[in-house]
Amino acid sequence: MRIYALFILLLCSMTSISQNCDNTFSGTVKDLHDGSLLVGATVIVAGSEKAVQTDLDGKFLFTNMCDGTYSIQISHPFCATQGFTFKVSGNTEKTFKLEHHLEELNEVIVQGKAFSDKSKTLVENTISKEKLEQFNGATLGDALNSLSGVSSLNAGNAVVKPIVNGLHSSRVILINNGVRMEDQEWGVEHAPNIDVNSVGNLTLIKGAGALQYSGDAVGGVIVAEADKVPVKDTLYGKTIISGASNGRGGSVTSQLTKSYKNGWYGTLQGTWKRFGDFEAPDYVLSNTGTSERNASLNIGFNKFDYGVEAYYSYFKNELGILSASHIGGASDLVSAINSDVPLIINDFTYDITEPRQDITHNLARIKAFKKFDNLGKLSLQYDFQKNNRLEYDIRTGSDKGKASVDLELTTHTLALDLDSHLKNGLKLKTGIKASYQDNFADPNTGVRRLIPDYDKYDLGAYAVLDYPINNDLVVEAGGRFDYTYVDAYKYYKTSFWESRNYDELYPDIVIEEFDNQILTHPQLNFYNPSFTVGSTYSFGKDYQLFFNYSLSSRAPNASELFSEGLHHSASRIEYGDLSFDSEIGHKFILTLQRNNKNFNFSVSPFINTIKDFIVIEPTSIETTVRGSYQVWEYRQTNAQLFGVDIDASYAFTNNFRYNYQFSLVKGYDRSQDEPLISMPPANMKNEIVYQNPEIHNLRLALQSEYVFRQNEYPDNNFEVYIPETESTEVVEISTPPDAYHLLNFNSSIDLNVNDKSRLTLGFGVTNLLNTSYRNYLNSMRYYADDVGRNFLLNIKFNY
Amino acid sequence: MKKGNLLNLNKMKTAKLFTAALFATVLFTSCSSDDDTPEIVNEEEVISTVTVTLTNSEDSDDVVTLQMQDLDGDGPEVPVYTVENLSANTTYTGSIVLLNETVDPAEDVTEEVKEENTDHQFFYTVGTGLDITTEYINYDDDGNPLGTEFTLTTGEAGSGNLTFTLIHQPTKPNTGLSDADGETDAEATFSVTIE
Repeated sequence: MRIYALFILLLCSMTSISQNCDNTFSGTVKDLHDGSLLVGATVIVAGSEKAVQTDLDGKFLFTNMCDGTYSIQISHPFCATQGFTFKVSGNTEKTFKLEHHLEELNEVIVQGKAFSDKSKTLVENTISKEKLEQFNGATLGDALNSLSGVSSLNAGNAVVKPIVNGLHSSRVILINNGVRMEDQEWGVEHAPNIDVNSVGNLTLIKGAGALQYSGDAVGGVIVAEADKVPVKDTLYGKTIISGASNGRGGSVTSQLTKSYKNGWYGTLQGTWKRFGDFEAPDYVLSNTGTSERNASLNIGFNKFDYGVEAYYSYFKNELGILSASHIGGASDLVSAINSDVPLIINDFTYDITEPRQDITHNLARIKAFKKFDNLGKLSLQYDFQKNNRLEYDIRTGSDKGKASVDLELTTHTLALDLDSHLKNGLKLKTGIKASYQDNFADPNTGVRRLIPDYDKYDLGAYAVLDYPINNDLVVEAGGRFDYTYVDAYKYYKTSFWESRNYDELYPDIVIEEFDNQILTHPQLNFYNPSFTVGSTYSFGKDYQLFFNYSLSSRAPNASELFSEGLHHSASRIEYGDLSFDSEIGHKFILTLQRNNKNFNFSVSPFINTIKDFIVIEPTSIETTVRGSYQVWEYRQTNAQLFGVDIDASYAFTNNFRYNYQFSLVKGYDRSQDEPLISMPPANMKNEIVYQNPEIHNLRLALQSEYVFRQNEYPDNNFEVYIPETESTEVVEISTPPDAYHLLNFNSSIDLNVNDKSRLTLGFGVTNLLNTSYRNYLNSMRYYADDVGRNFLLNIKFNY
Repeated sequence: MKKGNLLNLNKMKTAKLFTAALFATVLFTSCSSDDDTPEIVNEEEVISTVTVTLTNSEDSDDVVTLQMQDLDGDGPEVPVYTVENLSANTTYTGSIVLLNETVDPAEDVTEEVKEENTDHQFFYTVGTGLDITTEYINYDDDGNPLGTEFTLTTGEAGSGNLTFTLIHQPTKPNTGLSDADGETDAEATFSVTIE
């Protein structure tokens, strides 16, 4: 401030023209939405020839102004030009706010800045809207998979769960329009319940640094946001129709937005998706069809310094699980693994039969914000979620057609956040959050509850501070504390209760004893601190160096605490542990980035050391009348994951570009000195893209994807006696499949229908060579090959 | 002046946080659940007990019983086997009963298997060391073997494993376990002696 005053004085002293009017008029031009400084805005004083441009700090200065009333006009490339009237009396300083929305509207290449930064010192990997649209017929997990460092844990082709730097499920937090998704994400065969078409901007943060969302993201945070709506009178929309040869289905998605200059806006969006059985190169993957119906509605009122928004989304997905994966005990597993082809192959059909999943997710949110001059932006948000998960198994007798799993998870959350810009660019984000969750497992399934009934209460508070030391160096620090209280009612099998010595350890929580089950009332408390510190340093012309350390604490999830019994879809018996504490991760990420149009790259090594990491691993074989099953028990250990993600892009000419991606992650159990299970194998993507804006923005891309074999894995293979052959056979559940190479082709062309409408035609082929392969991270790999060649056609109409 | 602002800000923030905390408290108390304990689930589809009764076809008083009993289903307890010795060179009429004894009263699962006979089939696997032949004597609605009843003929004395396997949704007709596919519903292996 003082320097600035000095600067004004200096400027004043330099002016040699002497007049009566020697006032200075200075000001700052800011973005109305987020207060960011507008550089290069032209300020013209009406009726004079005085015109200046704002400097790098968004400031401008007029000298030699007389006392009186003036009109000025401020224009900026990305803003609607606006006029202001003000009074000069003495040296005057004033801040002007411009509607900086046109930039957002033009955001074909989604820039991180249209959506606010989630973390200043962690690289945010964003998936552009164009790229997202290519995945309109697929899942959110497939879209994320295109980023380096992300793989997916699949249960067939419809259940795609993101793995970030080797971690997944409860360790990867998904934020959908500001709402933390609560959808029983603990299960490996549960995919995120988000329609990829409802997302306008998808950001991945490979660390726990985004403390405003959560402190337990040991793996990372995925933030999905809807498109921003401009404050102007307009009506626009888009429709995408796509078809795929594999699965013989397609999807239709449509979105319509109406907005008014007075601040009101609304967006309605819907998707319908239907696929039949998918096909591997040599056979039909029976019962892998899906049926998905989604809709979302967003209504809001946005005045520059206050606003309110209501959002509702409905997601419904019904999907089949590969028939051949439905097996009994270990002897069935042996014959399934030993067979080259799935044991059940039927003709292609659109029917979805048991085993299948039927998921419904309702999400409602209401958010209001107000900007206070001295305080910052204060927002209050309430959200409600209801997730209903039905899993149908092949059952007999009177239970035929009845769900085996029927869980209803209801969550209410209230959050208050304050975003303040303090002096000298210092920014402070603080907030508190309270949530209540209720899980209800319907006993009418006739199957003992996989996840018990529980109530969960969370209370969290955070503060994140970022400070630009100078133009090149930004530092960030933040802390968060979460308290979690779990109040559960759980029926244990008496035999298990006693075998674990729980009868001596926890006699107080027993409510009632039945013939062979015990009703207990576990009440658990978890205190989870988390912390982050980092810096970003810009140097040279195009270089940036990011460093971030984050400490995250995650309370064990319901499945890790309470599992007890046969997990049919995994064909194994799983046992949790009531005594678990939170796991604590320390993740260091360093990123070197070069941002240049012709050659850019990013190299990002990381190391994640996790104390009390919860792993599940086989411990014994249990014989039941249904056959022998492997017993998998959760335990806590110390783990370490490290690796590197590399991205590079080089433009040979204006039209030709080469893209490269490489990801490597290694994970070890340090206590047992063995590799961790399900670590993504190293993979590499090479892509050649030809794009010519002059020929209707023609784009042709050929991509090669090479996935190495995972050579480091814990050997959990076990032996089972097969009566039929009177031999003992090894069940090769751990042995990873071979490396594979896939070629994908993608193309698109834009056709202008009229001034306001544009048609984009896209054609692509995945697995061009129809390669037969199995993916280590797909739980169906024991039973069948992955999906074969697929021709995709899509038509997008923007209007 | 700036410092004062900062202090003010902090004060205001504290006030806001306090308000929010209050909000949260209200939310919590209003949502706190009632004390209803959840209903117990006694699984009906469990097969806890496989009992094979072999009756000497020439002497109905000569009954051999083979039983596998696992009263905690998929719990950690190991199954209990009861095995009696067979006589050499004898023909037995066999019948298999499946029970769910984890519920009270015990449920006869064999009835369900018989009702859905086209979806089920028993297989008998005779291990080396045993001179035994088996034959189906009951069939499903399509005339394919069901096998809850059978005959078992012993030859010379010996000992080895005798396994009874119930397959759900097997390929029918089939030549044996190897091409039946389907899913194993029950599998009981007895170490028997023919004397």
